[in-house]
Amino acid sequence: MPYLVHSADDRRAMLEALGVESIDELLRDIPDRLRVRGIDLEPGLSEQETMARLRQLAGRNTVFEDRLCFRGGGVYQRFVPAAVSAVTSKPEFYTAYTPYQPEASQGTLQAIFEFQTLIAELTAMDVANASLYDGATALAEAAMMAVVHTGRHQVVVAGCLHPEYAEVLRCYGDGRGFELVEGLDRMGDRTAAVVFQQPSFLGLLEDAAGLTEAAHRSGALSIACVDPISLGMLAPPGEYGADIAVGEGQQLGLTPSYGGPHVGFIAARRDLARRLPGRLVGQAYDGRGRRGYVLTLTAREQHIRRAKATSNICTNHSLCALAATVYLTYMGPDGLRQVAEVSYQRAHALAERLVAIPGIELAFPEREFLNEFPVRMFHVEHRLARLKEAGILGGLRVGRWLPDLDDVVVFCCTEVNDPDALDLLVNALARSAERTEARTG
Amino acid sequence: MTEPLSFEKSRPTLAGPRLPVAGVETSARLPHEHRRRRPPALPRLSEPEIMRHYSRLASMNYSISEQFYPLGSCTMKYNPVANEEAARLPGFAGLHPYQDEDTAQGALELMWLLERALCAIVGVERLTLQPAAGAHGEWTALRMIQAYHRSRGEDRTEVIVPDAAHGTNPASAALCGFTVVEVRSGKDGRVDVADLEAKLSNRVAALMLTNPNTLGLFERQILEMAEMVHATGAKLYYDGANLNALMGVCRPGDMGFDAVHLNLHKTFTTPHGGGGPGAGPVGVKADLVPFLPRPTVERQNGGFRLDHDRPRSIGRVRSFYGNFGMLVRAFTYIVAMGGDGLTDASRDAILAANYLRRSLDGVLDLPHEGPCMHEFVASARNLAPHGIRALDVAKGLLERGFYAPTVYFPLIVSEAVMIEPTETESRATLDAFSAALRDIVDTAARAPDDLRAEPRSLPVGRLDEVAAARNPVLRWRPDAESDAGTDTTPAAPPSPH
Repeated sequence: MPYLVHSADDRRAMLEALGVESIDELLRDIPDRLRVRGIDLEPGLSEQETMARLRQLAGRNTVFEDRLCFRGGGVYQRFVPAAVSAVTSKPEFYTAYTPYQPEASQGTLQAIFEFQTLIAELTAMDVANASLYDGATALAEAAMMAVVHTGRHQVVVAGCLHPEYAEVLRCYGDGRGFELVEGLDRMGDRTAAVVFQQPSFLGLLEDAAGLTEAAHRSGALSIACVDPISLGMLAPPGEYGADIAVGEGQQLGLTPSYGGPHVGFIAARRDLARRLPGRLVGQAYDGRGRRGYVLTLTAREQHIRRAKATSNICTNHSLCALAATVYLTYMGPDGLRQVAEVSYQRAHALAERLVAIPGIELAFPEREFLNEFPVRMFHVEHRLARLKEAGILGGLRVGRWLPDLDDVVVFCCTEVNDPDALDLLVNALARSAERTEARTG
Repeated sequence: MTEPLSFEKSRPTLAGPRLPVAGVETSARLPHEHRRRRPPALPRLSEPEIMRHYSRLASMNYSISEQFYPLGSCTMKYNPVANEEAARLPGFAGLHPYQDEDTAQGALELMWLLERALCAIVGVERLTLQPAAGAHGEWTALRMIQAYHRSRGEDRTEVIVPDAAHGTNPASAALCGFTVVEVRSGKDGRVDVADLEAKLSNRVAALMLTNPNTLGLFERQILEMAEMVHATGAKLYYDGANLNALMGVCRPGDMGFDAVHLNLHKTFTTPHGGGGPGAGPVGVKADLVPFLPRPTVERQNGGFRLDHDRPRSIGRVRSFYGNFGMLVRAFTYIVAMGGDGLTDASRDAILAANYLRRSLDGVLDLPHEGPCMHEFVASARNLAPHGIRALDVAKGLLERGFYAPTVYFPLIVSEAVMIEPTETESRATLDAFSAALRDIVDTAARAPDDLRAEPRSLPVGRLDEVAAARNPVLRWRPDAESDAGTDTTPAAPPSPH
């Protein structure tokens, strides 16, 4: 049997030491009527057969070439330096547990301390935690921090927040007892926080400073949900005075993996540190004055405070945080800025070329964007299908969430969409335009 | 032997990595008011320095790849390397979550098959793969139970949790807005059924239970408890942290549990990653199915699709479809093991725990009668006369090359030492571990001060956690200062989960 270690002799010797005839004798506390004999599943396979099965399943998915993927919406194709997986595939990292025993876990603890510092630097906030599950739950945790901090029970969403993030916020609110409303005009003295995404789900830049000011005028907190790569060039939450910054870290060295596992991050002002959810790593010293790292401020957490904890989170996304740590360390400030700038320039070049194609126009021409932008398109479905045939994963159609924008497609560009890939996309769209014109005209 | 922080090694004049240039023409420039004013102070290091830095950090960790990790309640078993290879297949790793369903049939089929397999193992109708971790699964299950009661016009405000429960149970209940009511454990380490009866009422939404419980004991009266709970209209929730005892042995669904969460990073061998990512699927009986998070995966005309149209769903508990990469790993494990292998795994886990428990008879206190299931709780209170505590036992084990058991949990046992060997540790390892514990107990009697000074041979000795929490330094700065103000709350001992 794969992965089981005992020989028949081992089992016999162990049973003998226990003075029992069979393992069944050890199960005597289980009522007879509950006992089952085995599981209604196929018998196990060899590794060779198992992997053949998995490859077969993987083969039923279409994998688009990285550079031909123009779809974002929260998950992006980015260049991942080899150093990232070389580090995260070290078994000393990926097979360790949560670092409860600091003397035997300094590798993980120090890496998380570096992660906390990197996220705090990136967002220009004072402190960051050890990671959360994803961007959406990070936003929900931030909202709950604001609800507790202000004693208010309404959260206002401003601008176009990722619809799935909004749905997660609503689900947490339904349980925890806060109401989610849309639009700044709903602000009032019940508002705990104003939440916005920068850039928005559509890729558009919001007036982050103005939204933050509006929140503060009502005594509410400002929660910015940000794209970590964008912060290589874009004003970070700390510079416009946000109280909590959250986001999704997938772009920092993690593959798309059909949506996960990725990593949520949360950073806050110093005076909110004790309201942060989840793990925090802090610096400590041993009796000989050597510096090390420990899990700290644990009095916030579920295993100590139980029902009074700031959150229920326990297992977080440590290994993904390690990937982000290696990625950001590899890039450094210059590399990160270049990745952001290249993505910006390619997206703008693409936008300029797309609007030259008949039947395609910018959906919000007056708005600034970064590396993701919405266009209106005639014959959306037909055109996206043509792209798929050409091996191109076209932009994201947003109508399924935003029915008013049924003809809007959001294209994204990153450093992996090289100039040849832009040509392929533009040509394919131009061809499909000609063909639709020919057909309808 | 300590390693400087990457920030301390940073060299300010080092150029960044070589990256492609844009290579396109555009006149667009990001307006000044949106531009970052001060660049983030990320480290500047070359790739050789980065690789050596993280290799050194890796060498400072204990991990299941090298050490026995007897962490009770955490099920630290061997993580098959084939799982990692499967998750890295380009057809999985490169898949975008918003690809059209016809281009993601393999992923959807895998999720559908995994759901079916997990349902068969625990005895439930349907299952969501969306929750990212155990605690997230607990909360998801409670949200569904809450929605179920509300749909019947009932406003149930209480959740009952045993005093021996994992801390996440009451925390998840509170996060759903429930009031937590604690039920006592009896002398035999199992739920005091009379106390449970006293606490049940039509205000109660659910009873949260772990079975085997956190003492590693099977709740013999589970069927009676289920009947009592259901008679009041409440639901029974199963914390799957201890499922490793039960595969092919018995099923939570048959015990009467209405909602069951599982930790794929425990029972189903996905690696723990130094604290995640995990995955915490939740299975439910028929009357909770309408409330499952959306989307679900459905089979239709030989193909697979995502069903978003579920009007009574609690909504979403995270973005996309869950920690898909972890689902691939768990599925790979289940395919390799099969029904027969999983059954043997649970039986071997129970055998190993009982064998180890017996070998510690007379070494540590064993406050409850056996047999145990897949884990057991001992107590170090027999060492109190020497001034030795469970924490010292834990540190002594680190010095002797073993990770420490879970200590000071569950809270109902003083000086608790909670040990879970799993099915993937050889008899030689189990024997070496009990020999190490015997050596620690000898040292406690002979030279307690020596023991209190352990560990000596690790990168750092015992760290002053109290001072660290009073004056927290949570990030590197060129000149250190506290990041959260000072506080007088004492630091807490390590704990499980």
